[in-house]
Amino acid sequence: MRAAVVTFPGSNCDRDLALALERSGFEVVRVWHKDTALPAGIDLVGLPGGFSFGDYLRCGAIAANSPICREVVRFAEGGGHVLGICNGFQILLETGLLPGALMRNSNLKFICKTVTLRVETALSPFTTLLGEGATLDIPVAHHDGNYQASPELIRDLDSEARVAFRYGDPLNGSAGDIAGILSQNRRVLGMMPHPERASEAATGSSAGAAIFDGIASAFASA
Amino acid sequence: MREPDITEDLIAGHGLKPEEYQRILEIIGRVPSFTELGIFSAMWNEHCSYKSSRKWLRTLPTSGPQVICGPGENAGVVDIGDGQAVVFKMESHNHPSYIEPYQGAATGVGGILRDVFTMGARPIAAMNSLSFGQPGHPRTRSLVHGVVEGVGGYGNCFGVPTVGGEVRFHPAYDGNCLVNAFAAGLADADAIFYSAASGVGMPVVYLGAKTGRDGVGGATMASAEFDETIEEKRPTVQVGDPFTEKRLMEACLELMATGAVISIQDMGAAGLTCSAVEMGDKGGLGIRLDLDLVPVRERAMSAYEMMLSESQERMLMVLRPEKEAEARAVFDKWDLDFAVVGETIAEDRFVVVHGGEVKADLPLGTLAGSAPEYDRPFAEPAEAPALEPVPEADPVEALRALLTSPDHAHKAWVWEQYDTMVMADTVRAPGHGSGIVRVHGTDKALAFTSDVTPRYVRANPQMGGRQAVAEAYRNICATGARPLACTDNLNFGNPEKPEIMGQFVRAVTGIGEACTALDMPIVSGNVSLYNETDGAPILPTPTIGAVGLALNPGELIGARAAEGDVLLLLGPQGSHLGASALLWHLWGREDGDAPAVDLELERRHGEFVRANGARMAACTDLSDGGLALAAFEMAEAAGCGAEIEGDGLAVLFGEDQARYLIAASAEEAAALASAAEKAGVELAAVGTLGGTDFSLGGSRAPMADLRTAWRGAFAELFG
Repeated sequence: MRAAVVTFPGSNCDRDLALALERSGFEVVRVWHKDTALPAGIDLVGLPGGFSFGDYLRCGAIAANSPICREVVRFAEGGGHVLGICNGFQILLETGLLPGALMRNSNLKFICKTVTLRVETALSPFTTLLGEGATLDIPVAHHDGNYQASPELIRDLDSEARVAFRYGDPLNGSAGDIAGILSQNRRVLGMMPHPERASEAATGSSAGAAIFDGIASAFASA
Repeated sequence: MREPDITEDLIAGHGLKPEEYQRILEIIGRVPSFTELGIFSAMWNEHCSYKSSRKWLRTLPTSGPQVICGPGENAGVVDIGDGQAVVFKMESHNHPSYIEPYQGAATGVGGILRDVFTMGARPIAAMNSLSFGQPGHPRTRSLVHGVVEGVGGYGNCFGVPTVGGEVRFHPAYDGNCLVNAFAAGLADADAIFYSAASGVGMPVVYLGAKTGRDGVGGATMASAEFDETIEEKRPTVQVGDPFTEKRLMEACLELMATGAVISIQDMGAAGLTCSAVEMGDKGGLGIRLDLDLVPVRERAMSAYEMMLSESQERMLMVLRPEKEAEARAVFDKWDLDFAVVGETIAEDRFVVVHGGEVKADLPLGTLAGSAPEYDRPFAEPAEAPALEPVPEADPVEALRALLTSPDHAHKAWVWEQYDTMVMADTVRAPGHGSGIVRVHGTDKALAFTSDVTPRYVRANPQMGGRQAVAEAYRNICATGARPLACTDNLNFGNPEKPEIMGQFVRAVTGIGEACTALDMPIVSGNVSLYNETDGAPILPTPTIGAVGLALNPGELIGARAAEGDVLLLLGPQGSHLGASALLWHLWGREDGDAPAVDLELERRHGEFVRANGARMAACTDLSDGGLALAAFEMAEAAGCGAEIEGDGLAVLFGEDQARYLIAASAEEAAALASAAEKAGVELAAVGTLGGTDFSLGGSRAPMADLRTAWRGAFAELFG
């Protein structure tokens, strides 16, 4: 099992995502935003949190146009698995791999705290070990996590069971309290909360490890 | 470009006193050029030269077996075993934050982070100590919003967890808020980078962001009092770019790993001037700079502007010439400027060339070493006024008044705007005493706290100075960690007034006594004077930042107090209400002396806590609000009520020092009691956790009501 974790200038959760994947059994290759190819034999690409390109212009907009992102899109379109966390989710939206937009939090403030998430579908490698209806406490840390989309799109996400996670309590103004969504082929997940920050008991919680273990088990059984 | 003539007005406008200008004439034997005058004013202002404070700073204890590098470099360096070191410092950005709160606070955070990674350390924790005017003052609300957003905006993007801090309010800060930023980093003890240049003819390299006109004269501005012309000073505040700083940090750490760096210095106050002079002076060398090679982002900048610009996110480095290509490649990778702008020279000269003309040619060693040092007259502080009789009050209602005061209200509104968990090593985030961060990849953890009680320092500067250190010591001990060392950020008014100088001198005396007795040397720090507006000084505020070390998770005391636990008071029953939070918040009174700090008792109690931490479910120090406030916070964290015994406001709200509140199961409480007897320390049961009411000696209120009031008060005032 091999995963690539991309570092953009301004990424600040790349190390932690790589470590969380390693704890779940992945061999992790670090990839630079100027690289023009993904390493061979990659099963998963991780887009980490942070402030790629300073969040200037629009969160994720510049990163989505970096050389490596063209390859990430190609990889996903070929059926590859991609996990985007926080800024990584914002980048996935800007590449068009996931639909909708992340707006500024409704209180116009950065929000960092541990929140309760509800798992909305078990039908993805990311959520298979958690099970529908499960709850998990995971930190959020973002300024632009207010998920918005057209009513038609929200309806489609619901009817296709593509909402992966919702906030237990309203947090940032997100439509339907959406915290994470899946692509149509269910192999691309974008989520605002940070499971990599809750993947070790030593720092308070390992609730997020099940997400990484889930992807690992999907490849192990493949 | 023709430079202006040197006139008396120009000299005064540079914050130089006539006698200081005379000294310049003596040193160089001629009238300085405009650029040279700017350079002198930058080097000799209070902010950079510590001219009023140096005499007293020398009295502080700064060494110990744990200290690798004390004050004088960009930050202090302390051994944490296994070949690792923690590098830390605290620094103020008070004046800029009052003028332009977001950018002032943001660049304060940026500056302290740069101080840490300049030494080769990756920042792993940040804290901030904020002092604002009264909530009703017309400026306070926008300052609170701007400063908190600025601190978060910079630290969050940079990617350092903010794990602690303080927020206080007092009318004395109405016209002069305080923003003190702390950062700590982790480095290998044998890979610390210093600022002393070495070798003649070595390239001097400019790194990072381009130079603009922002912040020209900032350090001089920060060394003067405020008056009604404050709005005109806005252009002296720098603009921060945390994205560039994050890249600069990554690039510098990569560069250091290549072995290319001989010495390195960040460009902070007085930018290019201070950094170049410092590197040359420490290495006993001269420096020649060619300003035509400096990367700029504005056209037609003069030599004067370039030498005094405080544009952020810049570094100056002396490079091993054979490594230039390798070093340049690192900066190309991160899309940052890398420009050779000068060289080290054997003569003791600081030569600045621009447009083919020599704009400054000064004796470098004298420029660095001859800053004036004043032995300012000081008045011994007057004795604090005696405590007037304290009226009766219902204890739980008194507690409610504290809980809903901006000083003691729950501060989630503040810290939820800070990323407290980035880097995924945060063991304890703000809101539970000291912040705790695991040393990445090890079992070790570092505890961080920032403390001072300005009310006490005003009532009794020496005791208040002691108390700031003692409280920091207690906050570290209450985590189970061993206190290692401190940084001090000394914020005072105008030192030319003897009574202010007296506050400073005696506070430093008290800090020194406590640091010696508690074995917490001062390894770095910063002095901020002239914190006055229209002649009204702030409360004397010597903030102490302290760091502690736990060798493994087993040494850490938990935060797991629960229903049924016994509450134990370590130390004497409360009795001291002078200068207390209760007096201030209930009656607006500040009479009475500061509580006495018995350093021997502090040490014994701190050591008892650390030796017996495994038996404790939770432990907190007693400070503002005494037993009542500590017990409330412990019950709230446990998610239940509490019954606290104790009769009278002094017992419940007294702020006597050297005290801790401990929660433990009945069985462990008994074991702690016998341990206390053996150790000869005072330990008494004062209540139990449980129920739905919070009761103080029979005066009670539903816990849910108090909790709602406490948690909602800050947002109600400022949200």
